[in-house]
Amino acid sequence: MAIFEHEVVVVGAGGAGLMAARYASEGADVAVLSKLHPLRSHTGAAQGGICAALGNEEEDHWIWHAFDTVKGSDYLGDQDAIVIMCQDAPRTIIELEHDGVPFSRTPDGKIAQRPFGGHTRNFGEAPVRRACYAADRTGHVILHTLYEQCLKRKVRFYNEFQVLDLLINPDGEVAGVVAYEIRTGEIHTFRARAVVLATGGYGRVYKTTSNAHANTGDGFAIALRAGIPLEDMEFVQFHPTGMYRLGILITEGARGEGGVLRNRLGERFMERYAPTVKDLAPRDVISRCIYQEIREGRGIDGKDYVYLDLTHLSLKQIETKLPEIATFSKIYLGIDPSREPIPVAPTCHYAMGGIPTDPDGRVYRAVRLLEGRDGNYQDEQGRWVTPRFELEYVPGLYAAGEVACVSVHGANRLGTNSLLDLVVFGRRVGKAIVQQLEREGRRLPALPDDPERRARQTLEAILSRSEGESVAQVRADLQQMMMDNVSVFRTAETLQQARQAIAEIRNRAERVRIDDHGRQFNTDLMEAWELLSLVDVAESIIHSAEARTESRGAHSREDYPKRDDARWLKHTLFYRYPDGSVELRYRPVTILPAEQYPFFQPKERKY
Amino acid sequence: MQVTVKIKRFNPETDEAPHWETYHVPADPMDRVLDLLNYIKWHIDGTLTYRRSCAHGVCGSDAMRINGENKLACSVLVKDLGPEITIEPLPVLPVIKDLVVDMTSFFRKYEAVKPWLINDDPPPERERLQSPRDHALIEEATKCILCGACTQSCPSTWADPDYLGPAALLKAYRFVFDSRDQGTEERLRIVDSNQGLWKCYTIFNCVEACPKEIDVTRWISALKRRAVTARY
Repeated sequence: MAIFEHEVVVVGAGGAGLMAARYASEGADVAVLSKLHPLRSHTGAAQGGICAALGNEEEDHWIWHAFDTVKGSDYLGDQDAIVIMCQDAPRTIIELEHDGVPFSRTPDGKIAQRPFGGHTRNFGEAPVRRACYAADRTGHVILHTLYEQCLKRKVRFYNEFQVLDLLINPDGEVAGVVAYEIRTGEIHTFRARAVVLATGGYGRVYKTTSNAHANTGDGFAIALRAGIPLEDMEFVQFHPTGMYRLGILITEGARGEGGVLRNRLGERFMERYAPTVKDLAPRDVISRCIYQEIREGRGIDGKDYVYLDLTHLSLKQIETKLPEIATFSKIYLGIDPSREPIPVAPTCHYAMGGIPTDPDGRVYRAVRLLEGRDGNYQDEQGRWVTPRFELEYVPGLYAAGEVACVSVHGANRLGTNSLLDLVVFGRRVGKAIVQQLEREGRRLPALPDDPERRARQTLEAILSRSEGESVAQVRADLQQMMMDNVSVFRTAETLQQARQAIAEIRNRAERVRIDDHGRQFNTDLMEAWELLSLVDVAESIIHSAEARTESRGAHSREDYPKRDDARWLKHTLFYRYPDGSVELRYRPVTILPAEQYPFFQPKERKY
Repeated sequence: MQVTVKIKRFNPETDEAPHWETYHVPADPMDRVLDLLNYIKWHIDGTLTYRRSCAHGVCGSDAMRINGENKLACSVLVKDLGPEITIEPLPVLPVIKDLVVDMTSFFRKYEAVKPWLINDDPPPERERLQSPRDHALIEEATKCILCGACTQSCPSTWADPDYLGPAALLKAYRFVFDSRDQGTEERLRIVDSNQGLWKCYTIFNCVEACPKEIDVTRWISALKRRAVTARY
C-alpha cells in the first residue's frame, strides 16, 4: 500500500534488535518493526543473568569465559567470534549499566555476580561468579532499558507490523522488507540501505517450550525464502528445568544459588554424572541426565519428571534472588519452593543455529572453500587446523541475536551467553551499519519488481480458502511430531520418520482454513502465516540432524553416541530452493592457532 | 470440569456496538484464562481476537478485565475464578477488536515522564556505583511490565482519561529515586500537576490490580513527598 523509507530497518525489538537500533541511531535514521509492542519481546523473559568477566566478586578473566564457551559449544563454536564476545562482554555490560540497567549490587555498590552452569574459573577448576543479574528478571530490565534508550534517541517504531518478506534486488543487495500492518491489514514496503534480522527464536516448533507464542521462527523462514542458508539447525537447546507439563522456565540461577536436582530416591543424581560442577553442568548434559534418570525408572512416581529442590535455601535468598520463580511456582503449580521441591523436565529453550553471520553480524549466503575441504583436519603434530575459506556476503543484510548464528554457541549454549550474544553482537551490528553507511553512502537500493507479490499471494491464498484443516490441528501435530522424534535424543529411525512426517505436514499447512476473513487485527491469519515459518524451521532441523551422524552438544544421536571430529568438526549450512528441494553444505569451524590458544584445541568434554 | 466463558466482543468491520458471546469450555482447575481463550480460538471460533505472547506473566500483553478485575489472562487460574468467567477488554481505552485495545494513550503517558536515565556526566570507566540500599529503593518499581492493568483500574483515570496514571507515575518514581539519575527537576515539573501526582487519591486499585504485586500507591506517595520537599 505505502512505501516507507529509512536508512536502516531493524526487524524485531528484543535485546538484539533494540541494541542494534540504539547504536545505529548514533549515525543513521533507524526504524524498528516488531510484530509485538517492543516491551512484549521475549528477551524480557530471560531470568538468570548475563556473563562478563568483570571480576566484581572474585578473580575472573575473559580468557576463562572464552574457554568455557568453547568447551560448552562442544568445540563447534567459532573461536574468533567467541574471543570477541568474551572480550567485548565487560565493556558492553558497563555501557548497559550507564544506560540505566538496574543490576543487583554487591555490598560495595558494584554489579553483583553469581555462578551459572558451565562457567568456571581457571579453565574448568570450579564454578565462578560471572553472571551479572537483576534478581531473576535480568532480561526484563535489559529489554526495558534498551527500549527507553531507543525512545530517547528517537528511533522510529512500527509496532505490530509483521514482516513477511525480505527484499533482495537483482543485484543481490538488500533493498528492504515487506510488512503487514496487523491493525489495518495493509501490506507495506519498507525501503532500506541496511536490514537487520533480529526476530528471535523458534521454540514453538516443539510442544513443550519455555518460549513465547510469538517465537515462531519467522526470521529463519524469511531468510531461507530469500535464498540464505541456515547454519547448524540441528542444535536445539532443551533447558533442563522447565516446569513439568507447562515448560515455563525455572532459571539456572536457581541452581546457581544452590538448588539441586533430585530423582525419585531423593538422590542428587548430578553428582554421579558431573562430579566437578554437579548441578551446574551445561544444559545439554543435564537434560540428557534427567532423561536418563527417567528412563531408568527414577523419575518422580515413575513419571517423566524430576525435582528441583530449593528447600534448603533460606527464605530470604529465595525472596531476594529468585522472587519471580517463587511466584511462578505459586501461581502455576500451587507450590511454595521454600517448602516443596518443584517438578521439572527439559523444555525447548534456545536455537543455537540460525542465519549465518560474521562477528559484525554481516549475513553470508555462501562459502567458497579455498582448500577444497569443508571441515577441519589435524596436522602432523595432531593440532587442529582450519582450512581457508571465503564468505560471500549479502550486501546490506545483518542478523543478530537468537535468529543469528555467529557462531558463538556451537553445539550447546552456556546459560547467560544468549543475553550476552544479543547485546554484544547487537551493538556490533549497530556500529558496523554506521560504518557501512559512512563508507558506501546512503543511497537506497532499487526495489525488485512488484516487491509485495509473494506476501500478498500467500495471505490472499489463506484468506480465500473456505475448506481445510484448522491451523491449531496442524500446528499441534507438528509440535508433537518434533517432540517425539527430534528432541533431546535422536536416532536415524526417528529422524527418518520426522523427515517423512514434515513433508506431509507441509502439505497440510499450505492448505489450512481460517475462520477470520476480515482485514483488521486478524490474528487468525497471522497464526496461519506463522505456521508456515514453523514448518520451514522444523524441516531445516530435521534434515540437518539426520545428516550429522555423531553426537555433539545438544545433538545427541543414540545410534552415533560419540563425537566424531575427524568427520564432523564443521558447520552445517541448510539451503532450501524454490522448487522445494533442499541441500546441505558444510563449512570449517574457526579454530585459533594451537600455539597461542592451546586450551581451545578440541578434546573430550567432561565436567 | 466445564466452564462458561462470557466474552465481550466487537468486530470493527461488522459490529456497530459490542455484544456478549458465551462459550462452554472444558477446563482443568489449573488452566490459565489464556488457555481458555486459546481453546476458544483454536477449537471453536478463530475470529476471537486478543493479544498474548509469553503466557506466564512477564510480557504484559494480555491484560484484560476478568470477572470485573484487571488481570493478566496468563496469570489467573480457573480454580480461582469458578465455573463462570466474564472477560472484557481493559476499561477506558478504545477497543480495536474484541479484547484488543488501543494502548497509544497509555504509552504516551509513559513517554511523557521521560522514562530513561538522565545523567550528563561523562560516563566513568566502570559501572556507576549504587549501594544495595539505593538499589532497593527502586527495585520493586523496576518490576513493572507496563501491562496497563493498574492505570486502567484507577477511578481517577476513568474520570479523567488524560490523568498520567499509576504506571507512568511509577516509572517517574523509578528514575527520580535512582541514585544515578539527574533528571529529578525536569521530571517533577511533569508529574507535579493536577493531571499528575495530585490526581492520585490513594484509592489503591492499582495495587490490587498489579500482577507483579508492586505496591504502586506507596511509591507514588513517596514521589508526592519528594515533589512537596522540592517545592518548599
